[in-house]
Amino acid sequence: MPEAALPSEENQAKDARQHAAVRKAVVIGGNRIPFARSGGAYTRSSNQDMLTAALDGLIARFGLQGERIGEVAAGAVLKHSRDFNLTREAVLGSALAPETPAYDLQQACATGLETVLGLSNKIKLGQIDSAVAGGVDSASDAPIAVSEGLREVLLDLNRAKTLPARLKVLSRLRPKDIAPDAPGTGEPRTGLSMGEHQALTTAQWKISREAQDELAYNSHRNLAAAYDRGFFDDLVTPYRGLNRDSNLRPDTSMEKLATLKPVFGRNLGTEATMTAGNSTPLTDGAATVLLGTEEWADERGLPKLAVVVDGEAAAVDFVHGKDGLLMAPAFAVPRLLARNGLTLEDIDFFEIHEAFAGTVLSTLAAWEDEEFGRERLGLEGAFGSIDRSKLNVNGSSLAAGHPFAATGGRIVASLAKMLHERGSVDGRPARGLISICAAGGQGVVAILEAYTTAEGAQA
Amino acid sequence: MSDKYTQFVSRGFGRDLAGKLGLPRPVELRRYKAGDPLIPGPVLVLGQNGESKGQGAEALAAELVSWGLDVRRNALPKEKLGAIVLVLDEVRTPEDLEVPVLTAARSVRDLAAGGRIISVSRTAESATDPAEAAARQGIDGLVRSLAKELRDGATANGILLGSGAAPQSPGTLGALRFFLSGRSAFVDGQFLSVTSASGRLPGDPEKPLAGKVAVVTGAARGIGAAIARTLHRDGATIVAVDVPAAGDHLAEVANEVKGTALQLDITVPDAGERIIRHALERHGSLDILVHNAGITRDKLLANMDEGRWRSVIAVNIASQLRINDAILASSELPVAPRIVSVASTSGIAGNRGQSNYAASKGGVIGMVRASAPLLEARGGAINAVAPGFIETEMTARIPFVTREVARRLNSLQQGGAPGDVAEAIAFLASDAAGGISGDVLRVCGQNLVGA
Repeated sequence: MPEAALPSEENQAKDARQHAAVRKAVVIGGNRIPFARSGGAYTRSSNQDMLTAALDGLIARFGLQGERIGEVAAGAVLKHSRDFNLTREAVLGSALAPETPAYDLQQACATGLETVLGLSNKIKLGQIDSAVAGGVDSASDAPIAVSEGLREVLLDLNRAKTLPARLKVLSRLRPKDIAPDAPGTGEPRTGLSMGEHQALTTAQWKISREAQDELAYNSHRNLAAAYDRGFFDDLVTPYRGLNRDSNLRPDTSMEKLATLKPVFGRNLGTEATMTAGNSTPLTDGAATVLLGTEEWADERGLPKLAVVVDGEAAAVDFVHGKDGLLMAPAFAVPRLLARNGLTLEDIDFFEIHEAFAGTVLSTLAAWEDEEFGRERLGLEGAFGSIDRSKLNVNGSSLAAGHPFAATGGRIVASLAKMLHERGSVDGRPARGLISICAAGGQGVVAILEAYTTAEGAQA
Repeated sequence: MSDKYTQFVSRGFGRDLAGKLGLPRPVELRRYKAGDPLIPGPVLVLGQNGESKGQGAEALAAELVSWGLDVRRNALPKEKLGAIVLVLDEVRTPEDLEVPVLTAARSVRDLAAGGRIISVSRTAESATDPAEAAARQGIDGLVRSLAKELRDGATANGILLGSGAAPQSPGTLGALRFFLSGRSAFVDGQFLSVTSASGRLPGDPEKPLAGKVAVVTGAARGIGAAIARTLHRDGATIVAVDVPAAGDHLAEVANEVKGTALQLDITVPDAGERIIRHALERHGSLDILVHNAGITRDKLLANMDEGRWRSVIAVNIASQLRINDAILASSELPVAPRIVSVASTSGIAGNRGQSNYAASKGGVIGMVRASAPLLEARGGAINAVAPGFIETEMTARIPFVTREVARRLNSLQQGGAPGDVAEAIAFLASDAAGGISGDVLRVCGQNLVGA
């Protein structure tokens, strides 16, 4: 090393402070229950039941009985008002020490990934040494609200003091007030369902039916192969008689997918391409991820699979049609990679959540588009294209299903294991990118790297 | 847990009725609970005035006194006894049996409910002449017959000393302690062979497996779950193994015993390596391995198909052989573990409709005998237990009449509990059984069929 490059004393002190302050947040492992199509195996299971089951499987896998974890964070998108403390209640029902604190988080489909990023930051900052991140959702056991009219009458009735006053309140009730408000996944500001929103984007980026079906086909094929070779043996614990994700169709084919009728975008004036086969179904399930410092893992003899490097959130103005509802990751990823001095070529595994096949393909199309790169991303040209053989190699949501808040935990745990298995690439740790789109025009993305020892990384 | 019939005839009206009608009268067995006395009553230690003037009996009696037991060298009239220990290590001819055996005979009626008769003698194989061999082998028939005569949950078992073992060897004392205690409740008419003077009695008799790491396969339910619980109660750290499809039950067991769950199909080629790696990485050692995982695919041999035959052989015996090979080949294990394999009385006496299962379980017994010297050379040991009729989810599915007949056809007139099998395994896995290797212990209440 030339003398001029030697750090000054001042810089050395600064470096030391930084090293002392920022620690590694390590993914130790994960556990989820198989995902079930709504109305299936978990119809009678609540969010709390499923999250507790996923937690207990994690505790059993890593021997955490009676352990006080630094913090547990999880959430659900479809959530009953009584579940205001869902995660804490699940912790109390689990084998963890009752002294383990917990909080709920909700960021639509990005909930699970955001719990991983938030807790990782706490670990890096030295606030906690261990954490469990996760998420759960039940489309089967969804909350149903009474109508606004009935709700107002009931609240006024509670406040009325005398019988005549109560009768007067009750007289306001109309037959239409009795009908409940069913839960929906529609966007409050546009009234459009997520599928209809994506249909607009799919049409805008001219994504073909065949390309979407092919993505769905690969998802099923990859997920089935991963199950067959035992990849999920230490990632999934059976629940209620289910051993594998019930949406998985190992025997599906391009021909079968081609027979399905389009369900979204039938009134756009272009050919409708989105079917039940290339869109995720409503799903029930729960997933958890165990995080910790290197020391915490070492003290317990636990594996260190991957490191949570960085994360980024983005949002788009879909309300005025400037961008598609689910296109926020198209902006988040370029920002995240730039901040880390990386390009798409530096990524070994892409985990792009398959809300719809069209979402993944629209995002990739935008990155490959010169105009989008110049005008929307502020680059000199297109952001770039990815090697498709690195995309969702063990399947993703089209095959596994998508219990909204559980998807982040599913992806983080699986990617961490994949990175661990790959180890080093060209002398540096294997690197994975996670991209998850979410309702409200949001998206959260993250970089994970294989955990390698200092010697290994320098080799 | 005893069955409803046993509960009915154990007390009050049911007891009187069964007595008048001459029906079987099984009693609730004396089973071990932490904190219980080793044996509920005085222990009568009888020896013989042979060449060494009853030194073995003297030494054993002194040992029992040091355990805090109430020991008698002569029976007191009408005094209820917890156990009779008959030390016959010096018999030279069949005639030598007469005095000690008939002395013991006078006290048999004084044996309390749940009492024990335990013989200590030498193996016929190590005899120097035919008369000595005859005397020693005679004890086998004697004890098995006596076991069939005892009532009220009392049992008779024997300890056989090989040429390398003495009455005071740790293995002898460990076996004696096991037979005296409620841990051996469903073991009746059986012998344990002590072949060497190695082994060590536990510092704390309530935690004989303290500090040990134990792997239990097939731990998700039934006997496997009971083994995990029992080994954990005795102080071991548990690695609970079962197929991924049983993962939910496995997680419950692992969380209950504060161990780790390893979802693993034991028939995969690298199962042994994965078990070793998990035990070492997570818990730092592998001291005990219990091969419990097993399946049944019953069919008369005339109707047997390839799938039923192959899967039973693959799970019940081939996987055990492969995992043992991995253990013997491992350079990461400083010493080999104590291995206990679950065989079955079907593998000894045969069972209609279970030719595949019996072949696999007979195979386990052959494997255990042949593997013992290999494991001993690496500081380990291997033994098997052969359960008889055990009350599990599996046997609960047997049709009522067949089940009722099956569970009564033993000297204790009832089925065993999963915990009874687990207790025998916990003993064989402990350091106290250090001098015992290559042995097969039946936990069958002295099943009337088979040896």
